[in-house]
Amino acid sequence: MLEVTNLECIRGDRSLFAGLEFCLQSGELLHLQGHNGSGKTTLLRTLCGLIAPTQGSVRWKGKSIRRQRDEFAADMLFLGHLNGIKADLTALENLRILCQLDGLDISDKRLWQVLEQMGLYGQEELPVRVLSQGQKRRVTLARLLLSEAPLWLLDEPFTALDKAAVDFLQTVIAGHINGGGMVMLTTHQDVALITGEVRNLQLGWKEDGDV
Amino acid sequence: MFKAFYIVVMRDLLLAMRNRSDILTTLFFFIISISLFPLGIGPEMDTLREIAPGVFWVAALLASMLALERLFAIDFADGTLEQLLLTPQPTTLLVLAKVLAHWLITGVPLVLLSPLLGLQYDLSSEAIQALMLTLLLGTPSLSLIGAIGAALTLGLRGGGVLVSLLVLPLYIPVLIFGAGAVEATVSGLGGAGHISMLGAILLLSLVMAPLATVAALRVSAE
Repeated sequence: MLEVTNLECIRGDRSLFAGLEFCLQSGELLHLQGHNGSGKTTLLRTLCGLIAPTQGSVRWKGKSIRRQRDEFAADMLFLGHLNGIKADLTALENLRILCQLDGLDISDKRLWQVLEQMGLYGQEELPVRVLSQGQKRRVTLARLLLSEAPLWLLDEPFTALDKAAVDFLQTVIAGHINGGGMVMLTTHQDVALITGEVRNLQLGWKEDGDV
Repeated sequence: MFKAFYIVVMRDLLLAMRNRSDILTTLFFFIISISLFPLGIGPEMDTLREIAPGVFWVAALLASMLALERLFAIDFADGTLEQLLLTPQPTTLLVLAKVLAHWLITGVPLVLLSPLLGLQYDLSSEAIQALMLTLLLGTPSLSLIGAIGAALTLGLRGGGVLVSLLVLPLYIPVLIFGAGAVEATVSGLGGAGHISMLGAILLLSLVMAPLATVAALRVSAE
């Protein structure tokens, strides 16, 4: 479904990766590995269309993502390092606006429900600025529970989360994959999700154990 | 599609209401800079009447530019901008919505305040009407054109100064026709021609500026 051919990305005067080829089918999880600065975030941002690749192409359902920006945007959910929520809005307002812009029609009841599932019970109507780092992350990740996009691109989704939230997030991601979705993620944490038989993509030039 | 437009406008208005100091700084800048001239020049009514259109328009230009910085910078810093770029909605429409909200917050108050400030310059009611009309037609153009500069300088250090260098030259036609219309009306020549030009500038920037802004945002978001 997601095909990457001969992808090259140059940032500044350094080539981060070149000749990258892979393909992601439905029901697959791809764990993107690499040391700091190896280009994991750049690759994810290239795949979601924020960065134009120097060479090569990213295709979704057989068509270049540049030619079908809106269709691809509807099929893809990208969560980056930044939470993408407004500090002055409440968790509920943030989630409602993000869902509406994604074209999802979701009742307020369901939004309350999802925020409760994410462990934000009682915090739904506080401005996000007063929440902790981990709670802000939970607001962002609540989008995963509401998303209808088959492809998830997650850049370090587990940062700032406590153990219980990490476990819950893993079941959400596993559920998405079992339901025929596709997930590509980066993480430096040892989570059970990526220790079994998952596909790996290694970026970078350092050997294991190098600092 | 138009629902998305509405949602972004309402979101930005709500954010502005939660953070009122942002609106008030622009507004007070406009009020104070206009009020300084009569104090500095002295109470000679003839001189004041003569310089009023120019003073009002220059103050409107600077106030509008002062507010530009906040148009995209906060969204850029907290990551909502990249999420906006990745929604399945036409990006030009979302940009237009943001600019409209920005104009409602920073442009409309200037239009509404101008009659009151006009009293300091002993403007006739006819001149005040012309002034309000030109500001109403001109300030949306300022927001639209300024959005290009704001998008281009996102994430740059010293972006504020750079915005003024980029955008002020582009504001010149609006300044000339805006101030010119008021002068022409007062002198009895009739400002219809100038006002038509302001309308033309508004239409042109309404069509072209969002396209340029989207292109600039895509570059800045890389």
